[in-house]
Amino acid sequence: MEGMTFIVKTITRLLIAVIFSFGIYITVYGHLTPGGGFAGGIMLACGLILLTLAFGKKTALGKLSDFWASLLDNLGAFTFWSIAMLGYVGGYFFFNFLEKSDPFQIFSSGTVLVNNLAIAIKVFASIFAVFLALTIFGRFVSGLISTEDEE
Amino acid sequence: MQNWLPLFVMAPLGMAFINLILTKFLKNISAYLALITVFFLCGLSFRFIGHEPFHYAIGSWLPPLGITLVWDPLSQLLILIVSIITLAVTLFAIPYMQQYTAQSKFYSLYLLMIAGMNGVILTGDFFNLFVFLEIASIASYALVAFGVEAEELEASFKYLVLGGVSSTIILLGIALLYSATGTLNMADMAITLHQGVSKNLLFFIFALFLMGFGLKSAMVPFHAWLPDAHPSAPAPISAMLSGLIIKALGIYCVARIFFMVLGIVPVIQTILMVLGGLSMVVGVFLAVGQWDFKRLLAYHSISQMGYVMVGIGLATPLGLLGAIFHLLNHAVFKSLLFLCSGAFEYTTGTRQLKQLGGLLKKMPWTGASCSVAALSISGVPPFNGFWSKLIIILALFQAQYYFLAVVTVIVSFMTLISFIKVQKYALFGTLPKRLESIREVPVLMISGMFILALLCIGIGLFYPFYGQLILESARDLLINASHYTLYAIP
Repeated sequence: MEGMTFIVKTITRLLIAVIFSFGIYITVYGHLTPGGGFAGGIMLACGLILLTLAFGKKTALGKLSDFWASLLDNLGAFTFWSIAMLGYVGGYFFFNFLEKSDPFQIFSSGTVLVNNLAIAIKVFASIFAVFLALTIFGRFVSGLISTEDEE
Repeated sequence: MQNWLPLFVMAPLGMAFINLILTKFLKNISAYLALITVFFLCGLSFRFIGHEPFHYAIGSWLPPLGITLVWDPLSQLLILIVSIITLAVTLFAIPYMQQYTAQSKFYSLYLLMIAGMNGVILTGDFFNLFVFLEIASIASYALVAFGVEAEELEASFKYLVLGGVSSTIILLGIALLYSATGTLNMADMAITLHQGVSKNLLFFIFALFLMGFGLKSAMVPFHAWLPDAHPSAPAPISAMLSGLIIKALGIYCVARIFFMVLGIVPVIQTILMVLGGLSMVVGVFLAVGQWDFKRLLAYHSISQMGYVMVGIGLATPLGLLGAIFHLLNHAVFKSLLFLCSGAFEYTTGTRQLKQLGGLLKKMPWTGASCSVAALSISGVPPFNGFWSKLIIILALFQAQYYFLAVVTVIVSFMTLISFIKVQKYALFGTLPKRLESIREVPVLMISGMFILALLCIGIGLFYPFYGQLILESARDLLINASHYTLYAIP
């Protein structure tokens, strides 16, 4: 059986939705409460890493493959850059061109919310990609060592 | 025109990520995307030549609250150097990097490095400087390890650890400055510091920056990482590291911060000159005995940076001019030398001088470029290196530092000796049997080296046509450093 014991799997199944929604909450309310794109993205990535640990690599890669992790990583960075560039077209580099409403509202900050989302996607994908790289690469190296031992 | 300034940072930064997205679907275009970007940056920097100093407020947030980008003669000089060298290096890299896998990642890191350097050069905000410094440094750590052989990984790790230490120290210095002045804008900080601040604190900050940026620019005794890191990288990256990174991240920051923000004082000048003199001597003595071509060049980088540091420490008009001129010259000839070493390695598969010989017959273009660069770095007239060394030596005599002047002449002589060795073993002599079937490198690689070789000859001879506009304006700014506050803040 791949992954960890039944207990861990059940707890993970119960917790995973909470972890993801908290990550999204931290990201979306980043401009109003403590937190932001980076913290939210890390939580999302931790959720996926927990999934990997509990259910094995296959399940997690089914949710987000290494190709998509790498692509999302770049897309997040590209989105952030594009928002800065849209501001540039609107007059100044990083210009906050969206409409700003009353303070303490969710859409009160113009481009900051979109920037936070872009950062969250970037951090989520890249931290998970780093984790994948370490685990896959680790297995590759240990495979090399074991073949050397056999020789 | 002023609105175009952020593109120096934006274009390479954006292209780095666009490149990685596009190459997932279209193979083999990353080199051309990088080439387009550096052509664009080169054109843009030529458009900006001679522009009046100004600042650009990012996001329309006015300084001192917002982040600014500042264009002035000093950044003009550095931006020009970066643009021209990256153009030549990219032309060289396109055929050279065919030997490696994962080219799209190489070009992305390469573009990130350019974005980081341009950011460091242009920014007017202290914390922003740190961020760009880290972007350029982290990209270069990864690029040094790009070959993923044991030797390269070890060099990269050493570079990473020492680079991390220097970044932390710089960050500590910035934090202390922020606590003392309550602002991060450099011009605003200069004004606040001018009004008076604890002398002990100021000297502590000087010490921190001297160590931090000294590590980045590989001053003796902070040079241990350079002879490992620079030769281990692929040749185009060695050229970038030795030609640009140690200048943009090291010397430029020292000039900008010590002169314009903190205000240079005689004690620090003396320390800079002592460190510079030490670097000159130690670097060249370590270089003479080397048989690995790239390692020899890396030690010469330490030695030549010593010249620049001595000139900056002298802080007389002639000394500063010599330092700035040598900065430009060193970027050109050292990049060229590293590209030539890469070309030799590309065809012969080795960089051990003892295993080479007679390459001038087989590779006339590369050999001729290598000769030009070797003569430039050894200070043979009429090549560019001669003029800048002459100016530095004259400045030392003028300021009555006779001992240091004599040392400088001796170091120059030692440089000549070590490059005569290079010429004898690599270019002339008998061609080993093993190498009889080699051929000249591809045209793009030659064109990259040829641009730099032309510059080696042209920079010295055509000084009257551009000297006032590019070099003397930067020198004047360093002498009248307080002028920085006139245009960098409203």
